[in-house]
This record gives sequence, structure tokens and C-alpha cells, in this order.
Amino acid sequence: MTRIGDILGRYGGVNLLPLFVAALGFVLIGAPASWVTLTVAGLAMGMMIFLMASGLSLVFGLMDVLNFGHSAFVSFGAFIAASALAFLGAWLGAENIALNIAAMGLALVAAILFGLAAGWFFETVIIRPVYKDHLRQILITMGALIVAEQIILMIWGGTPTAVPRPAFLEGAWILGDVSIEIYRIFAFGLGLAVYVALYLVLNRTRIGLLIRAGVENREMVEALGFRIDRLFVAVFMLGSALAALGGAMWAGYQTLISPALGAEMMIVVFIVVIIGGLGSIEGTLLGALLVGLVGNYVGFLAPKMALASNMILMMAILLWRPSGLRPAVR
Amino acid sequence: MSLLSITAMQTRIGQYAVLHNISLEVPEGGVFVLLGRNGAGKTTTLRSIMGLWTPSPGSVTFRGRDLTGMHTAEIARLGIAYVPENMGIFGGLTVEENLVLATATGRFDKVRLARITALFPALETFWTKQAWALSGGQKQMLAVARAIIEPRALILIDEPTKGLAPSIVGAMAEAFREIAQGTTILLVEQNFQFARSLGRDMAVIEDGRIAHSGTMAEFAADKALQDRLLALSA
Amino acid sequence: MSQTRTTGALIVKTAVLAIGAALLFAPFLFQDVRALEVAARICIFIVLVASYDLLIGYTGIVSFAHTMFFGIGAYGTAIALKQMGNGWDAVALGTLAGMALSLVLAVAIGLLSLRVKAIFFAMITLAAASVVLVLASQLNQITGGEDGITYRAPSLFSPATQLWQGADGKVATLFGVKMNGKLAGYYFVFLTSLALFVFMLRMTGSPLGTVLKAIRENEARAEAIGYRVVAYRTFVFCIAALVASLAGSSYAIWLKYTGPDTALSFAIMIDILLMVVIGGMGTMWGAVIGAVLMVLAQYYLRDLMELAAGATADLPVLPHLLEPDRWLFWLGIIFILLVYFFPAGIAGTIMRWGAPRAGR
Repeated sequence: MTRIGDILGRYGGVNLLPLFVAALGFVLIGAPASWVTLTVAGLAMGMMIFLMASGLSLVFGLMDVLNFGHSAFVSFGAFIAASALAFLGAWLGAENIALNIAAMGLALVAAILFGLAAGWFFETVIIRPVYKDHLRQILITMGALIVAEQIILMIWGGTPTAVPRPAFLEGAWILGDVSIEIYRIFAFGLGLAVYVALYLVLNRTRIGLLIRAGVENREMVEALGFRIDRLFVAVFMLGSALAALGGAMWAGYQTLISPALGAEMMIVVFIVVIIGGLGSIEGTLLGALLVGLVGNYVGFLAPKMALASNMILMMAILLWRPSGLRPAVR
Repeated sequence: MSLLSITAMQTRIGQYAVLHNISLEVPEGGVFVLLGRNGAGKTTTLRSIMGLWTPSPGSVTFRGRDLTGMHTAEIARLGIAYVPENMGIFGGLTVEENLVLATATGRFDKVRLARITALFPALETFWTKQAWALSGGQKQMLAVARAIIEPRALILIDEPTKGLAPSIVGAMAEAFREIAQGTTILLVEQNFQFARSLGRDMAVIEDGRIAHSGTMAEFAADKALQDRLLALSA
Repeated sequence: MSQTRTTGALIVKTAVLAIGAALLFAPFLFQDVRALEVAARICIFIVLVASYDLLIGYTGIVSFAHTMFFGIGAYGTAIALKQMGNGWDAVALGTLAGMALSLVLAVAIGLLSLRVKAIFFAMITLAAASVVLVLASQLNQITGGEDGITYRAPSLFSPATQLWQGADGKVATLFGVKMNGKLAGYYFVFLTSLALFVFMLRMTGSPLGTVLKAIRENEARAEAIGYRVVAYRTFVFCIAALVASLAGSSYAIWLKYTGPDTALSFAIMIDILLMVVIGGMGTMWGAVIGAVLMVLAQYYLRDLMELAAGATADLPVLPHLLEPDRWLFWLGIIFILLVYFFPAGIAGTIMRWGAPRAGR
């Protein structure tokens, strides 16, 4: 058993889990065409969830702050993107693909800008007074979530909002009897790009070095002469912006969104962060892909078990590794 | 003028007063040793200087500048380095990254680096290894190296010999002697033999107060005083 | 910590006693159907909030699974009443089954995750609760899905039941109140709640309560002294789960309807949180005050806001903010301000009045 473990460890260890899940899915589903579609959907979903979860994980790792209001950024991102797309409606169906892309780009930028601003507000006004007090942190961010949801209800109303998609992301590619939705490829590509960018920033830049060190031992980084609290605002803003971006992508994916979106995604995001291990983006990516794949496979095999399957996955992983697959701090 | 002077410092942690009245004058140059039993308040003193606990009332001045109320990072930028008892190594970072992080600019001063690797050759051997894989002694070397990678005026070191093998303790003493040529070290130590070989001035903390201060030579000669303050025999 | 003999404490206890008296005579004091609904809901929520306070206030555990246990109790009783008919055997079996399931889940969650950080625990309970909620709304055949289950309570509680017959053969009245099954139903809820509340009050006053406080104040020290922190936490988590489950069962009997909105939804969890924080954590009295204020607000504040919205209809933003559906917005803001400025809540803050200023 340990020898198998060693061999697996050499070839990537827990990183192989998504492959294992995909293989298991292939066996259980049986039909290759359906399997490809589901796998693509799972990977796309995983990447969008990764966008939403990565900020939460980093913020927790760096400052020991868990923001229960994080999903508010996701909802706002979704609704702002929806409004932006509706506003740019004329560009969406335009023949000119540049206008298409510009419309989608502007919608995403709007969500990101909102995320940055809201993140700044959240960190400095709401969370800063309750550093180091977990109980009040949970309560206050929960309160902020309630208020944020109410604001969404006030602005966009309680009925589901339709999200128009730009023409270039509509439709699917057909390869033999396999059809792959273009939007899913787009979502996967964007998520991957964000992951690579985050990875490079964290591992190749001085700021990234500070963040990684701060996740391990904040006090020591300060004793070396760095104001980590200032860095933290930046990380918090970045995390909120990514959540808003994830929400915006999710809106386009769902094409119909309701104010309950934030609460629904919060559960998934928490499960991902717990599975992955708090504080590491590698872990978050791994957790998000697992949740995306398992959710889609189970959704196909036993539709009613979809959400419960994520829960079971989380329980199983926690029993195996109590602090998640790849926690940042050893 | 002293490099660091502490007057009537008191520190509370939660509802407990840990330091009652600490007054110290640390002169420039050499090693100043802070002795005392477990729980006397030595670590708290270092942390209070560093701004990791907030002392009040009382004051800490460094080169005539009042440190009280300043942020830890600002205090560090004045040229004070801190090597905590647990060494504060970033285990997930490589040896190189640990050291790069401690530089102000992100670049090494080649001359200093060469001096450090000469002092601690092991660091060069494990240059690209993640620091959690180092032995206790190597971690301690890394922690000290990190403190001197930039020119510092004062280095606070908390029990560097704790749990180290005797051979490494000897190397550490050698290194400290060399470091103390150019900067001041405020050393908290339980290992009296080690402290005696290095210290020029010293003080003993007892129950959050300075119980004695003077030169190491005097203290080392006064067996009765040692027994009373440190209970070495016990 | 000697808050028990201050003037403030006296005020709080007097208020709680007054609330208790009002609830005891509620059917006679407030003679309309809605008022009785409100009174019964208050009774149930006092128990629910107090049991949550055992966790958050006395032990420092933040759980988001409390409605889950409440819902399991409610659904257990509801399903039994639906399937087996409206006998007491169904009530007993359903209630016990609910308690058993709650206990199993509480032990599992507790042992799995109480040894980790508070924040982890909060996340895991939240995830568990949401999964149960989804399951309940998806398992149509058993739970009735989104629509819930309607059933008959034991005939003693049926409005047609006559507790006393008057001389004319109709149901007797006392001070104008009909002595019918509805009244019996209310007193069933009231007495169950009272018994559970007194049980919890005794528990917090016992040596166990002292241990819990020690753990909350300083977990490491409590562990060092030799208390098995995880075991105590799991135990309290189980007790709180069982009490919540029982509260759910009695609510199911009273309402004769159980659905996601009345027993399982996340909105109830938020209500509980608001109640415990507004009332004051760590004092059983706070639970009473918080539950009363919030339930009254839920039923009557909306009417008030409707009036206000109507009155300000011509102004620009105000009517939007005062719309009755927006009341949660205001509660959220009040909640945040309370946590910042009065973390002790109403009861905790009042109880400090007249306390000798400790050297803090």
C-alpha cells in the first residue's frame, strides 16, 4: 500500500485525483460522447468555481479571516455582468465579432471593478475592526451577506434575470457525435489563464513571495519590515474581484440568474475550499475541478444526489486528510 | 548614549501583566545578554521591543527615537532584526526565498551573502530546498542569516541554542562573535555557559522586573548572585 | 463575572418573568387567532434560540446546522403523523426517530469536525445543513418536496374537541375563551417549551456550565487542566441538537404543517442568529428577549413598515427602503451594529448596569 502511495506521489499524488475521477466517470457512464460533454462541463464549472473560491482561500490563509459574505461578491458580479450585457445588447448580436468580444469584455471588467471597490469597502469598513475575533467575524460577515442580498433584491428584484450572451459564445462545436458548448471552452480557458497568472504572481514575484510567507507566518513577515496589513487589503480586493469575475462568468453560463445564486454558490465554494485546504490556490483548483467533475457525473447518473455528492466527497476527503488535500501551511 | 533604552516598560497580555517594570540600557556594540528563569518575561521583553506586544506605560527608545505605538514593520525598518524562539522560518519557502524575503530590495548584496555562506556553509548546500526539510540547527542558522542579510543596528535573538547539539552551539557562538563586530546583539539565553562566553553586558529578569544588571565579568565572578537569580544548581 | 446580582440583572429577570407570565396567559390576554400563533412561535423559538445559545454563547461553537436539527424533529413527527394517522403512537415514534437521527448526525459532525478550527466547523455545518435542505425538497414522496406535508394532529388538539362542555352542550368558555383543542394545543407547546427551557437553565447553572465557560474562555488552558474539550463540545452539540429536534417536533404538532419554509430553510437559521445576538449571547435570558422581539417584529413590524412606505410613497428612495419585504435589510444593519457596539446584546448589556466597575 505504501509502495503504491510512493509511486503515485512521484507522479503527482493528490493532483491525480481529478484524472482518477474522470476515469471512474468514464467507466460508470459508459457512453463516450456523453462522458466528453460532461467532462467538459465539469472542467468549465470547476474553473468558474475556482475563480470564486481562490480569493476566499487566500484571504483566509493570509489573515486568518473567513469572509462569510464572500458569496455576495459572486452575486453582485453576476448581476452587474447581466446588466452590462443587457445594456450593450446591440453589440451582442452584431456581425462584427470585435463588438461581440468588447461587450463580453466590458461586462467582465465591470464585474471586476465592482469587486475591487466592494472588496476595499468590505475589508476596511466591515472586517478590519474584528480581526482576530472569529466569532464576531463570522457574525458580522454573515450580517453583511444578509444586507448585500437585500440590496440585490432591491435593485434587481426577486424574479430571475435573463442573461444575454454575445453571439460568438453561443452554440457548440460538433466533433462526430460529441458536442461541446463554446461558452464552456471559454470559461475553462479564462479560468486556466487566471490560475496561471495567479501561480506566476505567487511564485515568481516579490509580492507573491510576501503573500506565501505571510500565509505561513504573518508576524515574522512584519518583523522583517513589511506591512502585511496593507498587502492584505490588496489581496482582499483581488479575491473579491475574482469572485465577481467568477459570478459574471457563471451568469453567462446559467443564462438565467436569481438572487439565491450567492447562497447556492457559497456552499459549493466552502466545500471546494475545505477539500483543497485553506490558503493555497493549487489546492483550491484541485478542489474546484473535483467538485465540478463529480457534480456533473453524479448529476447525470443520479440527478438527485448532485449536491449531496459534493458533501460526501468533502466528508470522505476530510476523513482521509483532515486539513484538506493541499493546505498551504504544513 | 545607549543604542536602545527601555524605561519602566509594562506589558499586559490579555488580563495578565507579564512585565511589571523593565528598564534597560543596551549600549552600542557587542552582545548584551538577558538572563532569567522560564516565564520570567524575557521573550515578552523582546516582543515588546519589536512592537508585537504593546507595552504601556513606559517607553522604548532606539537611537533616541520612541518606538512605542509604532508598527512592527516600521520598527524593523529602523534596523532591528528579530529571531524568535521558534525561529520563524517559512517552511514552504526555499532557503533562498527565505533570505531574499529578508532583503529590503529583493536583491542580495554579494559581499554580505558571501560572508553569510562562509559562516553557515550548510545554507549554500540546501539553497534550493524547502526550509521545512532543514534540521533544527540549520533552521537556526537560516534564521540568524536572515537577520544579518541586511545591515542591522540591533539584532534580538531569543534562545538560539535551545535544543541544538553541542557542536552546533559552538559554531553558533563563533558566528555571533563575528556578527557582534559590526552590530549589537540583544541575546536572550538560558544556556549560561554560552551566554557567558559572548556577553559583555547583561541583565537578569525576574518575575517581569529587572533583578540585576551589570557587566558579564562581574556577574560571572559572583557565584552567590548567580545561584540566587538563576538557581543554576536547581 | 458576578453579573447575577446587579440591578440590571434584576431588570432582565423581571422582564423574562413578565414574558413568561404573558405567554402563560396568552390565550386569555390576546384573544385572536394571529396572536396565539405569535405566542406559540415565541415559545418554540425561545427554546430553539436558547439551545443555540448553549453552543454559541456557552461553548463558543458557531454552527449553522441548528435549523437542520429543528427540521429533522419537525419532519420526523410530521411524516409519522401523515403515514400512521393522528395517534399519540405516531407522535412518540416520529419524535423519537427525529431525535435519533439528530443525535446520529450531531455525533458524526461533532467528532469529525469539532477538533478543527471554529471557522472550519462553521463551514462544515453550513454545508451539511444545505445538503439536508436540498434532500428534503427533493425527496418528494417522503417529505412532500417544496410543498411540505399537511396532516392532522392528535384529536386532543383539534379545534372541534371540547375540553369542557358547557351546560348548553356547546364548548365551555372561561373569560370568553373557548375551552377547545386549540387551547390544549397551545398549552402543550407552552409546557413543552417551559420544560425544555428550565432543563437548559439548570444545565448552564450546573458544574457542566462552568466547564463549558472555562473551555470558551481559554481552550488551551481547559485542555491543560485535563478537560477533554472535544468530548465536552460534542456532548453539548448533541444536547443542543436534541433540544432543537424536540422543539421542531412540538412545532410540527402545533402547525399541522411541515415544509422547508417553516422548518428547514436557511432563513430560520438567520432568524436564530439574529435572535441570539440581539438578545445577548451567553445568557439564557437573552434568548427569551431576542426571540420575543424578533418574532413580534416579524409579525407586526411589516405592518408598520407598510404604513410607513405608504406614508412616504411620494418621496424618492424612502418607500423602497421601507417596503415590508425589506425588513431583513434593516435587521441586517442592526445586527452588524449590535455585533460591533453591543456584542453582549440586550440582555448582556442591561445586566451590566449597576455592576461594580471591574478593573478591566
